[in-house]
Amino acid sequence: MVKQAAMPPGYEGPGFFATTMDKTIGLARANSLWPLPFATSCCGIEFMATMASNYDLARFGMERLSFSPRQADLLMVMGTIAKKMGPVLKHVYEQMAEPRWVISVGACASSGGIFDTYSVLQGIDHIIPVDVYVPGCPPRPEQILDGIMQIQDLAKNESLRRRNLPEYQALMEKYEIK
Amino acid sequence: MTSIDNTYLLQLVQEKLGDDLHHAAESFGVLTVEINRHKNIELLTFLRDHKELQMAFMTDLCGAHFPENKNKELAVIYHMHSLVNNIRLRIKCFMPETEQIIDTASIEFPTANWMERETFDFYGIKFKGHTNLTRILNMDSMTYHPLRKEYPLEDATREDKEDKFFGR
Amino acid sequence: MSNIANIFDNNKVAKTGETSKESISGEFTTLNLGPTHPATHGIFQNILKMDGERIHSSEQTIGYIHRAFEKLAERRPYTQVTPITDRLNYCSSPINNIGWHLTVEKLIQAEIPKKVDYMRIIVMELARIADHIICNSVIGVDTGAMTGFLYIFQWREKIYDIYEELCGARLTTNVGRIGGFERDFTPELHKRLKAFIKDFPAALTEFSNLLERNRIFMDRVIGAGPISADRALAYGFTGPNLRAAGVDYDVRVMNPYCSYNDFDFTIPLGTQGDTYDRFMVRQQEMWESLKLIKNAYENMPEGDYHADLPDFYLPAKDEVYHNMEALIYHFKIVMGETKIPAGEVYHSVEGGNGELGYYLISDGGRTPYRLHFRRPCFIYYQAYPEMIKGSLLSDAILTMSSMNVIAGELDA
Repeated sequence: MVKQAAMPPGYEGPGFFATTMDKTIGLARANSLWPLPFATSCCGIEFMATMASNYDLARFGMERLSFSPRQADLLMVMGTIAKKMGPVLKHVYEQMAEPRWVISVGACASSGGIFDTYSVLQGIDHIIPVDVYVPGCPPRPEQILDGIMQIQDLAKNESLRRRNLPEYQALMEKYEIK
Repeated sequence: MTSIDNTYLLQLVQEKLGDDLHHAAESFGVLTVEINRHKNIELLTFLRDHKELQMAFMTDLCGAHFPENKNKELAVIYHMHSLVNNIRLRIKCFMPETEQIIDTASIEFPTANWMERETFDFYGIKFKGHTNLTRILNMDSMTYHPLRKEYPLEDATREDKEDKFFGR
Repeated sequence: MSNIANIFDNNKVAKTGETSKESISGEFTTLNLGPTHPATHGIFQNILKMDGERIHSSEQTIGYIHRAFEKLAERRPYTQVTPITDRLNYCSSPINNIGWHLTVEKLIQAEIPKKVDYMRIIVMELARIADHIICNSVIGVDTGAMTGFLYIFQWREKIYDIYEELCGARLTTNVGRIGGFERDFTPELHKRLKAFIKDFPAALTEFSNLLERNRIFMDRVIGAGPISADRALAYGFTGPNLRAAGVDYDVRVMNPYCSYNDFDFTIPLGTQGDTYDRFMVRQQEMWESLKLIKNAYENMPEGDYHADLPDFYLPAKDEVYHNMEALIYHFKIVMGETKIPAGEVYHSVEGGNGELGYYLISDGGRTPYRLHFRRPCFIYYQAYPEMIKGSLLSDAILTMSSMNVIAGELDA
């Protein structure tokens, strides 16, 4: 069943509708996120299940997976990120254009999970900022969907100027991302 | 025709190596021989080319570290399998830490290529004659060989774990 | 003008597996395939030296998801190694789990009831189907046929449902215990399993109809990435990839475990060792697995769902809460305080993509002294440059997906 997205609050009269720019753009962004699946291991298989017919990611306006970071808004990191992979992940993140969101799927991406070992990065938030963490080893598709809906929420309610705020700049500086 | 079993296999190895066969035992149906490490390729190719035995399939190659075992600290362990006769053989080559070098099997057995690189990565055992003996799983910048017993498993950068709770 | 003629010439030698004599323009392009490339299904890097569309040579880098399984296993009591094995080939975790249990059972020389064997066969063969579904549907996706993937994946979900009823997890199952299973098949599981046995053949037939004799698909995959039986053996190939090259080596038949010798099943073989053969071998194996599941299910003997191994088999939870002895055993097992004989053992099972071996050295301590996994992916992936040499880039992608390289298993 196709459901229409709810109209943002605004003024409606005969032949016109007025609302803020923030709200309109937020609405558009939230419902047409282009995710970049950065699937490395087990969670990637659960993502495949999320993408496939039973759970159907396309319902969230995410029909098109963007494998090029330059056209993606949402970086989905799924699976263990080893230290060898760390620089690659950061590189991918740096190539994405603003606005960009990051969802860290699974225990490994969020904290290293059961792999507290010499070769595994103990959470991707050591190298890039993360917006939503999805726990689980691996999380169920429902959980991944819930995480995506939270990203949609963020996208919908974010002020257009957030990326210019000093706090945001400071955050990027902390991660040494230009 | 002689039946091909562990006794026959041991006899073959004995005839081939003589004094270079240091020890032999059977564990869970698999004959395990400990040999002089300089004879490894000689034995492997002999078993492979033996008309009857045809032990040509290298199932596995791995390293091991026994720090207590003086002068035999490091080991390279081969698992050979004869697909024709369905018999396995485990070959162990021990070496002292001071002289951790062994001849490569990767020329004769292409499959050994990466397994030797892995063993080098994990234990620092050098394979003489290997064409590209570099780290395979870890980063090139790594300075130690992590599977040796003296190195810790845990990630050293982690600050949120209190040692006493995690038995470190 | 001469350049154009050359291009046509090169097309004629397509898929012969030989490099064209010389480069069209006299120079090579370097192409980075990976570590994050949509078509690699996992993270490994291939630096390709391209002569136009054709691959001249390639160089692999792996280790991007090295998680130190072997070191981790040296620090964990025997029961706690099972979750690590889950994450080796995560498309068919139950096979890895049960393989590990079998290894420990071999070391402690446990006697396992027949019923456990049959239950294990059912679970492992389900896992094999789940594994082959992923591999084969992904080959379809890579040739541009998304339908097959969307269609057959529902059946993977049904297998997940069965796993869930058995152990509570979908993907990283951690199924079973040393000595058997934590619980018997529940009535709900029987229902789901029966439904699966009944309905899956129709689904698989439809999937086969979509691809097996599809002209476009066949043209794409026949002759892509071939390997001869000799080279495959030299490179240590096992599993469907070796069988596609025409060697009938299957651990289930050669060194039967889990009473596989009670059943009659065929080992499908290919002849060319190319992508189509690998695809077809996996297709046929799914049918064989289904037959095995059906046979094992129908002939399931009466008995207990676990062996009598108080030192290793975790007691039931309600007993732990109400029975002193069970509590003590639970504690001993979880802390790894039970006695285990010293010794070394190699055990292998037929994993989703080959001989999955466990080489365990025990010194009698609470954890394995050394545990080495013989990971089929790691061993056969080194043949990749040889298989794609001289082929087109698009064939190389198909070759990779048909080899079913699973990053978790590759990098350990």
